[in-house]
Amino acid sequence: MPGITREEVAHLARLARLELKGEELDHFAGQLDDIIGAVARVAEVADQDVPPTSHPLPLTNVMRADEVRPSLTPEQALSGAPAQEQQRFKVPQILGED
Amino acid sequence: MTVTELLSYEAALAEYDPVMGLEVHVELGTRTKMFCGCSTELGAEPNSQTCPTCLGLPGSLPVVNAIGVESAIKIGLALNCEIAEWCRFARKNYFYPDMPKNFQTSQYDEPIAFNGYLDVQLEDGEVFRVEIERAHMEEDTGKSTHIGGATGRIHGASHSLLDYNRAGIPLIEIVTKPIEGAGERAPEVAKAYVAELRALILALGVSEARMDKGQMRCDVNLSLRPHGTKTFGTRSETKNVNSLRSVERAARFEIQRHAAVLSSGGTIVQETRHFHEDDGSTTSGRIKDNAEDYRYFPEPDLVPVAPAREWVEELRAGLPELPRVRRNRLREEWGVSEHEMQSILNAGAVDAIVATTEAGADAASARKWWMGELARNANEKGVSLEELPITPADVARVSALVAGGDLNDKLARQVIEGVLAGEGTPDEVVEKRGLRSSPTTARSARPWTRPSSPTRRSRPRSATARSRRSAPWSARS
Repeated sequence: MPGITREEVAHLARLARLELKGEELDHFAGQLDDIIGAVARVAEVADQDVPPTSHPLPLTNVMRADEVRPSLTPEQALSGAPAQEQQRFKVPQILGED
Repeated sequence: MTVTELLSYEAALAEYDPVMGLEVHVELGTRTKMFCGCSTELGAEPNSQTCPTCLGLPGSLPVVNAIGVESAIKIGLALNCEIAEWCRFARKNYFYPDMPKNFQTSQYDEPIAFNGYLDVQLEDGEVFRVEIERAHMEEDTGKSTHIGGATGRIHGASHSLLDYNRAGIPLIEIVTKPIEGAGERAPEVAKAYVAELRALILALGVSEARMDKGQMRCDVNLSLRPHGTKTFGTRSETKNVNSLRSVERAARFEIQRHAAVLSSGGTIVQETRHFHEDDGSTTSGRIKDNAEDYRYFPEPDLVPVAPAREWVEELRAGLPELPRVRRNRLREEWGVSEHEMQSILNAGAVDAIVATTEAGADAASARKWWMGELARNANEKGVSLEELPITPADVARVSALVAGGDLNDKLARQVIEGVLAGEGTPDEVVEKRGLRSSPTTARSARPWTRPSSPTRRSRPRSATARSRRSAPWSARS
């Protein structure tokens, strides 16, 4: 199992919009390595005849009819918002995207 | 803004070969969202169509809309795709507040439909086959309003406001394989493809596909390579192009821009671009993230979709006549040449003529009016035939009056003129203007009985009210 590098941690941190200091990069590289290592042990027992799964239950095609259900009121929808304006969720300036 | 360097179109094509990829998003016309029962009705007040699921609140669970899946399969089948026997949804993670969940539920490496094609006919009748890579299911995002910027754009805004009514509305994304070999006709192929796809979506009845309302939008990927080479150049992706004409213009502009950069020894940056309707230009957006940066993974809250083969075959058997097949059939029925049919298509007159024949007129006379007098009138006013304040039933009535000898050709034209001027139905115009060509005969003394007349007369006669109607013929093109 190749180790997780500092650069990989820095990349993940950027994707997660986390600001990490130099020593934290090393610290988390070690921790992530341990986690990946632990999960990788599953591969030792699961042979190629066991397909990867994303869901514990052998279910498919759970669907609903296209029927309108009541929505929340705008007041309810906005009740958890830290800030609102004009009946809309107010968010800080968006940077780095367009 | 700096002026973008462009090479002339001819010079660009003399040196380079364009390769395109088109991604079209279609908002489905389902009553509810893709993963919850919130209404999809347009025009509701902000944040009045949301629930814990589409707001991404903890503990909420999505459930797939069966009609969303059915529509996706229909689109896939109509595009000659294979339909997956088993596929999953995936989370596309990104930081942008247009999705309150912080991810968009989409499909990644397991699209519901893949490997298809769509034959599109160019204006001179040449047929070009566009290969389809995939069609997959996903959801639309919320609507952002940027406050404080000079232009309502994100740059310079102090904050943004989010309305999540649109978040979760079902989208089908249709992705072509690289379109090669179109050469100088690439922009025309792009436009014809989107037009044909739109006609197909309308024929299937799965969306209104109004590009002006954002129900259908196109991203144009384009790259150039020197003639005789095989490797693709670096591409740019022009986002959210919202009309057929703009699709063509955007492709053309990017060909000229890329050529200018490449021929002066520069390199193309892989980035998204914004299209500007006013001058047909594109400007730089953001540097494109690599796909793996979205950290796609299978959506654990949804179970796989495994459409039974019987269901797929049932849907295949129930597909309506597709636009190209229909056009070929009509051409034969009407007995017109390829060339003439193409003029009818270019004039956008097919549905009007069909509706007029269905209202009782013979095809030749329907064609004569829509392609003559009415096309001229629409042209003068700069509107489409559908927008003219006259219905196919009106035209059929005028034809009947001519056929019955009540009107001669010259008087008939005056009747059409009167209807267009908002003077009423053809019969009302005949009465008001006193246009009958022969003295009252037994035939014309009959009351003007047609089953639909009373309701039609009670309708508002103003041009606006009439052009807003959604007669069956105007829903297809």
